[in-house]
Amino acid sequence: MLSVANLHLRTLLTLSWRNLWRNHRRTGIMLGAIAIGVWAMIFMTALMRGMVDDMLNQGIHNLPGHIQVQDPTYLDDPNVVNSIAAPGAELRNQLDQLGAAAWATRIKVPAVIASERETRGINLIGIEPAVEASISGLPALLASGRFLESDQDSGIIVGARLAERLETRLGKRVVIMSQDPDNNIRERGFRIVGIYRARLPALEEFNVYAARETLQKLLRIEGRISQLILVGDDYRDIAPLYRRLDQLLPSTLQARTWYQVDSYLAAMFNMMDGFVLVWVIIIFLALSFGLVNTLVMAIFERVREIGLIQALGMRPGLIVCQILLESLLLLLIGLGIGNGLALITIKPLESGLDISVVAEGMAMMGASSILYPKLTTADLLLANSIVIVLGILTSILPAWRAARLDPVRALNTT
Amino acid sequence: MSTITCHQICKTFRQGDEIITGLDHVDITIETGEFVCLSGPSGSGKTTLLNAIGGLDTPDSGEISMGELRIDQLQRGPLADMRLHHIGFVFQAYNLIPVLSAQENVEFVMQVQGMATRERAKKARAILAEVGLEGLEKRRPAQLSGGQQQRVAVARAIVSQPDLVLADEPTANLDSVASAQLMELFTHLNQDHHVTFIIATHDKRVMRYARRLIRMQDGRIICDEAQG
Repeated sequence: MLSVANLHLRTLLTLSWRNLWRNHRRTGIMLGAIAIGVWAMIFMTALMRGMVDDMLNQGIHNLPGHIQVQDPTYLDDPNVVNSIAAPGAELRNQLDQLGAAAWATRIKVPAVIASERETRGINLIGIEPAVEASISGLPALLASGRFLESDQDSGIIVGARLAERLETRLGKRVVIMSQDPDNNIRERGFRIVGIYRARLPALEEFNVYAARETLQKLLRIEGRISQLILVGDDYRDIAPLYRRLDQLLPSTLQARTWYQVDSYLAAMFNMMDGFVLVWVIIIFLALSFGLVNTLVMAIFERVREIGLIQALGMRPGLIVCQILLESLLLLLIGLGIGNGLALITIKPLESGLDISVVAEGMAMMGASSILYPKLTTADLLLANSIVIVLGILTSILPAWRAARLDPVRALNTT
Repeated sequence: MSTITCHQICKTFRQGDEIITGLDHVDITIETGEFVCLSGPSGSGKTTLLNAIGGLDTPDSGEISMGELRIDQLQRGPLADMRLHHIGFVFQAYNLIPVLSAQENVEFVMQVQGMATRERAKKARAILAEVGLEGLEKRRPAQLSGGQQQRVAVARAIVSQPDLVLADEPTANLDSVASAQLMELFTHLNQDHHVTFIIATHDKRVMRYARRLIRMQDGRIICDEAQG
């Protein structure tokens, strides 16, 4: 049975392959169309994926973190009162073994910053300098000065726009005021040791960073923090880390993933996969007209031959298979060329595609003006699968109609 | 191979508003091993009868049987199987598959039947040699003359030793030498391998080989006689 099927397959493959090249020009044009369509699918998807990935990563960095642990009331009221106990030795040990790429504690409270000239409301953020690079990437954003050197560092880092608004600069002193848990005003002078530039101007204006322990002392919350931040290996696959963390935490604490914290980011993430699918299908629909036309013409030219092979005893099902195989070969070759083109055009752009002509617009969306195309296996498989599956489905009707031809009429066709 | 029986076969065709009678209550019985020629003017129903017996066309009414098997009631798939395993066709216009070589065309039916590669290649080469095409196995139809193409088609029809060969004007495009060779081959197969032949022809040279001659006109059999 298997050897008969094998023989049939070889017969059909031989016929299909040779029939494909009967009209070189038509086949060449169709192959070109498929290749360009597939290239467009994959290339544009990689660009879009890279852009959205960049926006999401940036957004998650700004949250920050893939998972945040805090008091349940903290998100609605980021007050110093709604702080939680800093993890003890045992919990720190467990967190180290949790499988997170990095984790850190944070203080984050509303405050006021005052220079000699101006006063502004800010988010005062106490960080652990040693791990901050893995959490928010802040050290990489420094435009001038230095980063905080320890948990007890007495300097602060402000955004470039905030420095402008305050009419102050690197090295100058400012006063920061906030409230302690007893609602007493606490204030202290800090020297600006670093100025950063963020992609989102709003962040530069509001986020001011200081060493965590320094802020704990200022706010009289020694041993307490606002948040515990965790970063995983891939923002797309946070659920396992979340589950493991959730098992460690007492019920008084709330762990939230980045998509629970920021619904806009979550919507963008979910939309992207759907957008890729729609994009691929639209490209394919444009291709499908050419594919169907090519098949229909190929069958039209071979009506007599189809009548002959019916007369010789080839079952209608085998005739359908032969024509579908022809379509499949066309698709596979087109896919091969298209995938190859996509890979060789995406590879050189992996170091970044400069689109700074639209830098302001990109910044408003939270994206960089340098695009890094991101080609994922899932996107590659999706594009190829859609083309093959829909291509075969599109070919079924012409193939079926060919198999239903009346053999006598077909044989008498001139 | 079983007796072929046609009982009250009728077949009409529509050409615009006109109804053309292809077969008009045809009754005929053909025994295994017979060598039958169908003759008659164009439009007499010879090809229509061949197509009906071969299962290529379904009659409007009547019965066609091959032994116990009612051909007129078979679906497309079983009809294809019947043709594949029991019937060889030789058409007037050679009807070769243009993308296959001469040998591959001859092997085609055996391939669909599921015969092993070596066996069918051996048979194909042998039959091509028998019809005088040794050395031309690898040529495609476009590289062969009309006579050579017809001989490939004949080789294809007989290579798997079918029970029945239906030939429609097989010598129409052959010269007299090639025609004679072809008919000798048919006769050899008929006499030595009991292959039943039904040949539609105008060619009197072909009719001379037949042991039974059936004349048709306007879709009817007007004469059915044995020949010496």
